[in-house]
Amino acid sequence: MFLQGYLPSILEGAVLTLEVAGLSLLVSVVLGFIGAMCKLSPSKPLVWLAELYSTVIRGVPDLVWMFMLFFGGQMAINELATRLGADAPEINPFVAGVLTIGFIFGAYMTETFRGAIMAVPKGQMEAGLAYGMSPLRVFFRITLPQMVRFALPSFSNNWLVLVKSTALVSVIGLNDMMYKADTAKSVTQEPFTVYMLVGGLYLVITTVSILALTWLENRYSMGVKESGL
Amino acid sequence: MIDLKLILENLPSFFGGAYGEPVLSTSDGLIMTFQLLGLSLLLGLALSVPLALMRVSKKKWLAWPVWIYTYVFRGTPMLVQLFIFYYGLSQFDAVRDSWAWNYLQEAYFCAILAFTLNTAAYTTEIIAGQIRNTYYGEIEAAKAVGMGRWLMMRRIVIPSALRRALPAYSNEVIMMLHGTSIAGLVTLADLTGVARRLYADSYQPFEPFLMAGAMYLSFTFLFVWLFKRLEGRYLAYLAPRKH
Repeated sequence: MFLQGYLPSILEGAVLTLEVAGLSLLVSVVLGFIGAMCKLSPSKPLVWLAELYSTVIRGVPDLVWMFMLFFGGQMAINELATRLGADAPEINPFVAGVLTIGFIFGAYMTETFRGAIMAVPKGQMEAGLAYGMSPLRVFFRITLPQMVRFALPSFSNNWLVLVKSTALVSVIGLNDMMYKADTAKSVTQEPFTVYMLVGGLYLVITTVSILALTWLENRYSMGVKESGL
Repeated sequence: MIDLKLILENLPSFFGGAYGEPVLSTSDGLIMTFQLLGLSLLLGLALSVPLALMRVSKKKWLAWPVWIYTYVFRGTPMLVQLFIFYYGLSQFDAVRDSWAWNYLQEAYFCAILAFTLNTAAYTTEIIAGQIRNTYYGEIEAAKAVGMGRWLMMRRIVIPSALRRALPAYSNEVIMMLHGTSIAGLVTLADLTGVARRLYADSYQPFEPFLMAGAMYLSFTFLFVWLFKRLEGRYLAYLAPRKH
């Protein structure tokens, strides 16, 4: 039998990997928008704060953040719990993984969205405001749909790097694809087959992503005049 | 809140000294990180120039294998690649019985191998892209002075492409600096590995990881600054006019 029946277990891990990736993307997009808004706001402290966030996060490896936030977060919770005289809850590795990866890639998304918002012609927003739309409505009706086209290439890169970063969450005890592979490797004594399978599954995820994102890019570029280069 | 004494006492171990030993005595910490980074970048760059030339070749049988290689290595996590070399290859008796096993059972060698092949894949695509972007005037000029194909490649196309690849390559170098942090997962004591060991000993998570993080951050800044200077030197002709 192929891998002594460990295939379903690894596929289960792949589903978990996808869940982690999808949810962290959501967190990172939200944080990225907040970061981009801060960077483009007139308030100096907000600009400074967002600058600090995107620089410090992007200057340190994902793995170091993961260790620091997971182990450090658990310690902070423990200390808080002792002060309150309660039992400290264990951090759920799934939640920790999603929040950590989301937090890291929020910094990359901040830069992506900042550039994309800046690329939308100012006059468009001004026209919206002149028609009496509220700033929030201008953002959702005018800025957002048009910035998608500018944001997509860099967004695609961030997503592909994010998917590959999920391979690291197994070190904080999440039973994703890598974690399941570790078990399968020890039992079956076929480490090459196991990791080739995992690599193949990652390749499937990245390939499907590339195809989907290219389709989206074409869709959002519809009607845009080409430069004819 | 933060235990400064713990950081100060263990500072030498980040710079390559084991407990109680003089600084720079072993190959741990920062030294290990830089060995892994330096060797894999050097070998990766050396590999990527010929691979990039194959990648842009009009001959399908030359271009296709390189495309598959870069596609696979850029589409999978470096951790998986590292594990395939470190754990995976032992599955085959042929590998274990061969002379190469002396090297392949070593984490250090496997890490260099995985990191090199990974960075070579990304760098190949960067350089190939810049070769394709070569301004046609440069090639016409080379042909006009009677250069042959290889002379033109050596003197004009490759140097010109390498210069223009600098900005993208600086990103790759920083990605690799951060990428080497996974070496600790195959027993090597690089910067992250040292921080992890300290955490295991002291149960203090913030101090060791903050220290490692601060060091990665400063070297990231250093590399950004260095590449800015290189760009100022080698891409001066592309800089916007100053007046």
